[in-house]
Amino acid sequence: MAPNSIHWFRKGLRLHDNPALREAVRGAGTVRCVYFLDPWFAGSSNVGVNRWRFLLQCLEDLDANLRKLNSRLFVIRGQPANVFPRLFKEWKISRLTFEYDSEPFGKERDAAIKKLAMEAGVEVIVKISHTLYDLDKIIELNGGQPPLTYKRFQTLISRLDPPELPVETLSDALMGRCVTPVSEDHGDKYGVPSLEELGFDTEGLPSAVWPGGETEALTRIERHLERKAWVANFERPRMNANSLLASPTGLSPYLRFGCLSCRLFYFKLTDLYRKVKKNSSPPLSLYGQLLWREFFYTAATNNPRFDKMEGNPICVRIPWDKNPEALAKWAEAKTGFPWIDAIMTQLRQEGWIHHLARHAVACFLTRGDLWISWEEGMKVFEELLLDADWSVNAGSWMWLSCSSFFQQFFHCYCPVGFGRRTDPNGDFIRRYLPILRGFPAKFIYDPWNAPESVQAAAKCIIGVHYPKPMVHHAEASRLNIERMKQIYQQLSRYRGLGLLASVPSTNGNGNGGMMAYSPGEQQPGTNSNSHSTATHTEFTTATRTVTAVDTQQLCGVFALPVLHCQLVSYGLLVCFDGCCVAGVAGLMWSPGLL
Amino acid sequence: CDSFIHSEAVEASESPDSNWARLPQELLLHIFQYLPLLDRAYASQVCRGWNQAFHMPELWRCFEFELNQPASSYLKATHPDLIKQIIKRHSNHLQYVSFKVDSSTESAEAACDILSQLVNCSLKTLGLISTARPSFMEVPKSHFISALTVVFVNSKSLSSLKIDDTPVDDPSLKVLVANNSDTLKLLKMSSCPHVSPAGILCVADQCHGLRELALNYHLLSDELLLALSSEKHVHLEHLRIDVVSENPGQHFHTIKKSSWDAMVRHSPKFNLVMYFFLYEDEFGPFFNDEIPVTHLYFGRSVSKEVLGRVGLHCPRLVELVVCANGLRPLDEELIRIAKHCTQLSAIGLGECEVSCSAFVEFVKMCGRRLSQLSIMEEVLIPDHKYSLDEIHWEVSKHLGRVWFPDMMPTW
Repeated sequence: MAPNSIHWFRKGLRLHDNPALREAVRGAGTVRCVYFLDPWFAGSSNVGVNRWRFLLQCLEDLDANLRKLNSRLFVIRGQPANVFPRLFKEWKISRLTFEYDSEPFGKERDAAIKKLAMEAGVEVIVKISHTLYDLDKIIELNGGQPPLTYKRFQTLISRLDPPELPVETLSDALMGRCVTPVSEDHGDKYGVPSLEELGFDTEGLPSAVWPGGETEALTRIERHLERKAWVANFERPRMNANSLLASPTGLSPYLRFGCLSCRLFYFKLTDLYRKVKKNSSPPLSLYGQLLWREFFYTAATNNPRFDKMEGNPICVRIPWDKNPEALAKWAEAKTGFPWIDAIMTQLRQEGWIHHLARHAVACFLTRGDLWISWEEGMKVFEELLLDADWSVNAGSWMWLSCSSFFQQFFHCYCPVGFGRRTDPNGDFIRRYLPILRGFPAKFIYDPWNAPESVQAAAKCIIGVHYPKPMVHHAEASRLNIERMKQIYQQLSRYRGLGLLASVPSTNGNGNGGMMAYSPGEQQPGTNSNSHSTATHTEFTTATRTVTAVDTQQLCGVFALPVLHCQLVSYGLLVCFDGCCVAGVAGLMWSPGLL
Repeated sequence: CDSFIHSEAVEASESPDSNWARLPQELLLHIFQYLPLLDRAYASQVCRGWNQAFHMPELWRCFEFELNQPASSYLKATHPDLIKQIIKRHSNHLQYVSFKVDSSTESAEAACDILSQLVNCSLKTLGLISTARPSFMEVPKSHFISALTVVFVNSKSLSSLKIDDTPVDDPSLKVLVANNSDTLKLLKMSSCPHVSPAGILCVADQCHGLRELALNYHLLSDELLLALSSEKHVHLEHLRIDVVSENPGQHFHTIKKSSWDAMVRHSPKFNLVMYFFLYEDEFGPFFNDEIPVTHLYFGRSVSKEVLGRVGLHCPRLVELVVCANGLRPLDEELIRIAKHCTQLSAIGLGECEVSCSAFVEFVKMCGRRLSQLSIMEEVLIPDHKYSLDEIHWEVSKHLGRVWFPDMMPTW
């Protein structure tokens, strides 16, 4: 009996290079491609209108392309766990396929669905195609830990086999005898909703600068490669004023939603390089954009607290300020710094900003000026940024706020100077903050310094028509660099005067993590001496060292999973970096636990 | 000692009627010192003996009061009951105390309240640390000053004082000096706007044991440097100066070369750490003469010309960190620094540009003394000699270790 398949779209919104979809149709009698839309998410979720529109455009595009194959997309309102059992019965499903989701929440959800499917006698086929590599292999190669430096990551992947080739696009030939039963009322039951139906007011909404969908993605990648070939230069492009604007060859949102296969992009880049440079081995830097994405996916896949500071083993605990008003000014482009406000305006209007612009606003919010938690910035980006998915967004924010990954914190992006050096004429500012159009280039980055006559001529009085700067940058950066230095010196236990040496360096395998420093919780009111005296070496003579990577044991003080622990004879459990001693009453260790 | 614990533990596990309660106090003290406060507190509830051990003076020499409000901080605060207990039972044991406050005025005021009650304390170390915005500046000045004065007057043996970003003033510094001049070794008071050059001069004149001093440039004077180099004064170890621009085009005074020379003569090994937060055009008064700076940080953009002067006039330079520079290559300036700053062992470049060839030349000249080399990837401009992929091999070769530039995500 030829199976009836469901292919479950989550990311991977494409028909090209979709191995899981291939499996759905292989030898199948029927196939139905589903996408779940949880109705709640539209209204109250932290997802802005640009993200929704992009998604809906992707779904429309999928539907249109499936129609060409006499199939359709089934958009289903509701949660997968609730709806699947009904669908399995109704459609007599015996096969479920989907693309592997490496994110911790995704893995959990998928494990639950797999269980449901097994109970219903449904075969589940999962294929990796959202990342270039099998991330678990990278982690395995690194001794069970994700690499925490990009360099280490590059070293590891250079040892792996190259990524698998993209598989053929779904076609009539591949469909073979497989059909999709489509009812008359398909549009009503399973059609792609509109923005209005999801509760958005679209009056006056400007057209999308980044149109969603696989078709658009494939057009763009050709343009992207053409431009690269024409320039014949694969070096990192020099930043100029134009780079700040949305490019018709930009690909990051399409990679995020899976409209464009990262593997396709990878191999097209390789082919082009070989053709133009007549050289068969492209440098890793060619794939920079893809590899950064891969790096963050790898770092996040086994860490459900990757997007948090508390309880996140790789995140430094920094005493960020809670300041909702300041946060709102940043998010709503009312900081009084035109460079920052223009960037945030572009972000809200269009859904994409250049990566250096991201650095600028992230630095300003966190370690540079406002000293607000990176988690807050991450949430704003989640709402507004088209290419921000969980792993990459959280990872980038931790990186830019110097909360992880062994970053030097000395380079601070000046909210005036950095912009001025990038776009001396200030066209970017004038485009997104029309109120400041009248200011000459000399003052457009710091209009509060302009004499009254200039402000009057520009018809924009600072403090009236445009806000005054919300911080004094020199003073804020002085304070903040001092804070960062104190925090890092405490962590690395460095007692010297150097700024650079305050940041601990990784050991050889880029695995600092718990071992190079102990970013755990500092007990309030602790005797500040007690931590410096209790090093794990004090216990080694009385203990045997065991590795507890697979256990669910939590350190009694930090409530972090104990990655390495030492059994102390009277039953205490100690984190490997020795920064805590926790009484685990009555715990008797036996080999069976490990 | 560990084997002692081991054997005690083994003994205890053999007789269920625990000998735990009868562990000698010294041993308990030793164990308790390893425990974080919370666990120690739990332990103190177990029996009278352990409770007594918990309150031994040795365990209360150091304390860090963490004062946070849920509305302004993610971190937990020291429990108010614990604070009461400490003031009641242990204030005379406290010797090394710090206050970490968040950005709320409430927290800073709570710190001042505690300070005012430390009447029986003879503190050796006091640190007032704002972990976010400087909330001590929001406390009414008189309240802050009177709280601080309590400590100054009662301690009489303050050795180490950190009061950056507070409203401390000249009169309170006089009180500090009047009571602690023999013992004061470390004073950190960056960004204390109510102190004048005369106020800090008073400290330097009287506190001859002062070894570490941190302050803002406006408090620095020739007289201060001469006072710190007087015969009566010990060798200074570390002077940290923050140069911060309040308004653009601000004018800064100059320090005479002779004053710096006197410092170096008096304390040949002292470290001079200078952090600059100035607009590019405010550097006029600086680096025109030789200056014994050892650690230099430019927190905002600094011009090529100034970096050129640094190369000429900073022979003692150990660490140079540059946040940004106008986008013209710093080739000559770096080579000059390699040539003249023979002690340089750490360099960090942010938003700058250097050609790959010049950079390799720089590293070759510095050689293995460069233990810290933190260069953003975008800094290096490939040229006819080296591409980006080749450069890190060259540099690694000259450094004697694997090196590569710092990277930023480019997704």
